[in-house]
Amino acid sequence: MKPQPIVEEELHGLADGRIKAPRRGEVDAWLAVHPQEADQVKAWRTQNALLHQTFDSVLETPLPARLLDSPRRPGRSRFICQLIDQFSTRRFAAAVTWLALGGIIGFVLRGEAPQLAGTGTLPYQAALAHAVYSPEVRHPVEVGADQEAHLVAWLSKRLGATLKAPHLDEAGYSLLGGRLLPGAGNNGAVAQFMYQDARGARLTLYVRNDAGAANTRETAFRFAREGKISVFYWLDGRFGYALSGETEKPELLRIATIVYRQLNP
Amino acid sequence: MVGRDAIVAEIPRLRRYARALTGDAGRADDLVQDALERALSKWLLWRHGSDLRAWLFTIMHNIFVNQVRMSQLIEFRADEDIPDPLTRATQGDGLALRDLDRALAELPLEQREVLLLVGLEELSYLETAQVLGVPLGTVMSRLSRARVRLGKLLEGQAGGASFGASLKVVK
Repeated sequence: MKPQPIVEEELHGLADGRIKAPRRGEVDAWLAVHPQEADQVKAWRTQNALLHQTFDSVLETPLPARLLDSPRRPGRSRFICQLIDQFSTRRFAAAVTWLALGGIIGFVLRGEAPQLAGTGTLPYQAALAHAVYSPEVRHPVEVGADQEAHLVAWLSKRLGATLKAPHLDEAGYSLLGGRLLPGAGNNGAVAQFMYQDARGARLTLYVRNDAGAANTRETAFRFAREGKISVFYWLDGRFGYALSGETEKPELLRIATIVYRQLNP
Repeated sequence: MVGRDAIVAEIPRLRRYARALTGDAGRADDLVQDALERALSKWLLWRHGSDLRAWLFTIMHNIFVNQVRMSQLIEFRADEDIPDPLTRATQGDGLALRDLDRALAELPLEQREVLLLVGLEELSYLETAQVLGVPLGTVMSRLSRARVRLGKLLEGQAGGASFGASLKVVK
């Protein structure tokens, strides 16, 4: 196979120690016959070293008195302690809120929890996430569609697999953005993409990385209904997908088909 | 649960970045203090399990950008008041430091931030993009421009011996 051409980003990556073998060897070999670029990388490394040489001493400087104003707790400032206290209290309050919310949603969805062999709790978790985030007015997503490349790169990194955000414009839904959720996927991370149509109706696509599960495989579309929320879900190789919305079943199926087609061109 | 030690452990790096960013030790600590106080008021927005360091850097970035914007509104400096990057003391212990400070101050803020987050704080390109709230491609282009420009600025100063002298210490 023909080696891939070296791009400038990789030269920066090399200077910053971010290029891993075996690509690193290829870049080094290329630089061996491109002395001008090699000098450039060397100069960038020198800049980094100069920054460290100049500013690393700050790390060793004792924290100033105004950050360290509590003699009873040497090494910690009063407002740091205050920070921690407040942190703990508010975290606890937040945890209680989430537990209560989970309970309420569980109650609302009671009796409808799926008993679905093989797919674990995928549709249930997806519907839960849809119920929590889709009514959000101000913060429906963490990263908006205006930063789609960043969003996809970030979620891919956290899920440990390359993701794609399908575009559902042909169905009248545009991408709002997405967020990272805790869940049963690899690394405990799950991605949620959110879409909205002209009337403000929202769909969410829940993506879980199942790689490493006993047998990753494909399934047909399956349908579940959790309260008012309809969910089409399927397994496709290393991923589990669930498309949720308060949408009629035929319409949701049509959109799920579009999603599937885009993910498997 | 993140303990206080985790937060305290981040302070030296916040100070180092702030020092390089502002060019002044006192101003740097003001900035760190502002950032920690802001963090206190925003705890609920920090998602447990996400990167605490990146979150703190993001907060500090936002505060600094706002401060710079505000100061540009009220502080006007005539051209002749801006220190000439080529005039400098010819000897003294802090020579290399002053040279580098001056060169960094000459970089546009957006380039300086990327250069320092990547080159000094050793954040990944993606983390840098997250902290600054810009796409990855923007990080790469700013990094490229910052490195070219810093190279030229330091070269310009190397008319004297100081940069060469400081280079010898660098491995």
